[in-house]
Amino acid sequence: MSFGLIHGLLTILLVILFGGIVWWAFSSRQKERFDEAANLPFAEDDDQSAPKRSQKGDKQ
Amino acid sequence: METTADTHDIKAAAQETYDYKVVRQFTIMTIVWGIVGMLVGVIIAAQLVWPALNTNLEWFTFGRLRPLHTNAVIFAFGGSALFATSYYIVQRTCQARLFGGPLVGFTFWGWQIVIVLAAVTLPLGMTMGKEYAELEWPIAILIALVWVAYAVVFFGTILKRKVKHIYVANWFFGAFIIVIAVLHIVNNMSMPVTLFKSYSAYPGTMDAMIQWWYGHNAVGFFLTAAFLGMMYYFVPKQAGRPIYSYRLSVVHFWALVSLYMWAGPHHLHYTALPDWVQSLGMVFSLILLAPSWGGMINGIMTLSGAWHKLRTDPILRFLIVALSFYGLATFEGPMMSIKTVNALSHYTDWTIGHVHGGALGWVAMITIGSLYALIPALWGKEKMYSIKAIEWHFWLSTIGTVMYIVSMWIAGVMQGLMWRAVNEDGTLTYNFVESLVQMYPYYFLRFVGGFVFFLGMFIMAWNVWKTIAGTKPVTHAVPQTAH
Repeated sequence: MSFGLIHGLLTILLVILFGGIVWWAFSSRQKERFDEAANLPFAEDDDQSAPKRSQKGDKQ
Repeated sequence: METTADTHDIKAAAQETYDYKVVRQFTIMTIVWGIVGMLVGVIIAAQLVWPALNTNLEWFTFGRLRPLHTNAVIFAFGGSALFATSYYIVQRTCQARLFGGPLVGFTFWGWQIVIVLAAVTLPLGMTMGKEYAELEWPIAILIALVWVAYAVVFFGTILKRKVKHIYVANWFFGAFIIVIAVLHIVNNMSMPVTLFKSYSAYPGTMDAMIQWWYGHNAVGFFLTAAFLGMMYYFVPKQAGRPIYSYRLSVVHFWALVSLYMWAGPHHLHYTALPDWVQSLGMVFSLILLAPSWGGMINGIMTLSGAWHKLRTDPILRFLIVALSFYGLATFEGPMMSIKTVNALSHYTDWTIGHVHGGALGWVAMITIGSLYALIPALWGKEKMYSIKAIEWHFWLSTIGTVMYIVSMWIAGVMQGLMWRAVNEDGTLTYNFVESLVQMYPYYFLRFVGGFVFFLGMFIMAWNVWKTIAGTKPVTHAVPQTAH
């Protein structure tokens, strides 16, 4: 195998990997954990501004 | 060492508290170095309008002060801001005190010593000659040590977190810390000749390529990814609602870190760099538009349904206008990386305008907004002393930035057109001095814009002083239970 071929295969692999990340991030199974994570800045007790909203709830 | 100031106001003596001392230290130094770095910027802008200001002192000339300005604003002002906010955010979103004990203090004092050494050696003319990596080898080694300590503190804190998830801001800060360590160490490989002079370990074109792999990723990871970490915490916090789309922020992160690495060659268009490498750099720079704008939209849309807050909250306005300038600079950047556009823009003041659109509009304004949100929390106040003063600071910053970039756009395009103009017989229409003479009004406008921005920093310093004077530093206890 030449370096050119290896680099080409690596590029394809990385594109597939990135597609996988996008697919993973947008699959509905992540919704709950992402909502939890998105609310981390508001998770503290000494915090007055905590809205505790779901991500989707307040779009207009 | 952290216990003296931090023991105040703790409910139970045994309870763990957040380490706010180092955050306060870096916050104050951000403002101090911001004023110093921008003052040097105003001075060198004035020197370009009135060359007599270079004086006969060699250490006060443009060539010596310019690297002092870039190092002071990027590494002293921006760096201190990133230490402060990353230390605050990683503790609050991991619900854990900073890891590392004495290493925490070492990162503060080590970083300040680096800055002071830079302020001494650069005017003396001691330099590696690599842009944004000028500092000579003993200082570069100290930077590496501080950075490794920073990584231990940051990732140590993430490892001991009490919550399940790692908040997206910490992903951006983490990537920034790792990549800057790699870039700094690789680009600074050099052969010392004396204590104050070393030569790069790489030859010719390879040296240039490595320098701009470093240079552009310093933009990508220091000035972009890390400040996006700041954005992903303080925009939701100030808007009082979670980030618009968390899944978009995940894709934003991975797209940004995968693409930035390859964009460096656009700094070397039409040089001895192989043509295909230049084209590769251009293509990756163009694709970068997508994640950059994805991140910008994610930040701005967080205000969806709460746009009215922009009318009343100048802090939020700082953050959102910063995102707008980020969008502007990340559109302009890919455009300038196109080889035919670059043929016009390269080596002109358009580049300076582009950099300051990012540096003043994005980096400085997101920092200023974040600090206005952070400072009351660190000193136990409900809000800053004067909201009116923040209002004033906002307008000075915005107007100053616009004046700066507009004057440099005009100057740059004019230079590009004059330098490439040829007569029918193939000779150049204008000599260099003819183009330089045309620059006077624009260089003056740039000086005024920079000065106006600089004035805003004094309003900030006064406002911060009034907010924190006479207060006792506060401490917050780390929550005991996991969420």
